[in-house]
Amino acid sequence: MRAGAAALSVAALLLAGCASPPPPPPPAQAPPRDDLYVLLPSADGKTGAALAVTHAGSEQVLATPYAAARIKQEGRIESGTATPAEVGQVFGDALAALPPRPVSYLLYFVEGKDELTPESRQVVQQIFAEIARRPSPEIVVIGHTDRVGSVAFNDKLSLQRANRMRDELIKLGIPADRIEVAGRGEREPLVPTDDEVPEPRNRRVEISVR
Amino acid sequence: MARRLARSHRPLLAALAVFLAAGPALADDAGQIKVSKGTVHIERGGQSLPAPVGARVQVADVVVTGADGSVGILFQDASLLSAGPNSVLAIDRFSFDSTTNQGAFDTSLRTGTLAAVSGKIAKQTPDAMKVRTPAAILGVRGTEFAVRTSGPAN
Repeated sequence: MRAGAAALSVAALLLAGCASPPPPPPPAQAPPRDDLYVLLPSADGKTGAALAVTHAGSEQVLATPYAAARIKQEGRIESGTATPAEVGQVFGDALAALPPRPVSYLLYFVEGKDELTPESRQVVQQIFAEIARRPSPEIVVIGHTDRVGSVAFNDKLSLQRANRMRDELIKLGIPADRIEVAGRGEREPLVPTDDEVPEPRNRRVEISVR
Repeated sequence: MARRLARSHRPLLAALAVFLAAGPALADDAGQIKVSKGTVHIERGGQSLPAPVGARVQVADVVVTGADGSVGILFQDASLLSAGPNSVLAIDRFSFDSTTNQGAFDTSLRTGTLAAVSGKIAKQTPDAMKVRTPAAILGVRGTEFAVRTSGPAN
């Protein structure tokens, strides 16, 4: 048995040819560990991202894009970098399966009505198309108004605005039970104003999709 | 008239309420499967369940992909996790307060590959999101990273 193992080692050395020094033989039976941990560049380009990798009591903090930690043998963590090509090769399937990030859109309305402004009417179809393309979307539609008119009137108007957008989404084929609707009236202005001040930026519907 | 109608439909409305409660925003859900390719299933309470797009992911679920499989999950705090082929990903803990953005999120990649984009939990509290592998523990301070590991545990 021992002789056999020795013969195998000699064979391995011979196979390794002239390359020197030969790599240490992997531990018998167990597949060699080849862990790779990589911090990726964030899509929004923000700094401050980091990943702390702790192995056998020692911590490596990955804090720059493509910073990498590798664990190939117990008790040792190597720091370095990975190339984009290596990341693509190792993680391509996983990265391709990352779902789209949640997003939200703002659409603006004509004063006192549940009609979109001409500017918002130009972009609304593209926004709806983006929403419809998402896998199994869950949608929250929240209507708002400016402070012109009574609180009660604006509560009603904000809900009307949200319902108009919901109806359009349902027409696109999105199931009604995946759309939540609320009207917040004039309570949550984007731009704070005195009462009875018209403010186009507050006459809006926010559509959040996840 | 309207009131009588409502009364006569009460059992139906109750049934509808139950149905709606089982709909999109179930509080116990940690997340939802948004991408599912090839062989993917969820191990839950000793059962192996299919994992199509739209399936809910709960705490203690183990998501498993086959040689041709990959899966992408969106969590309540907007974290995204995806696994490549031959991967085993366990959801060990997920709690999230959508008002304060505080919570805790622990997962284990037992083998395979993982890509991740951290969400509101890690943004609010650095290191409140952890990923374990058989060899290491990752404290996530944000935001995008990838992991390859292989079992068994050391």
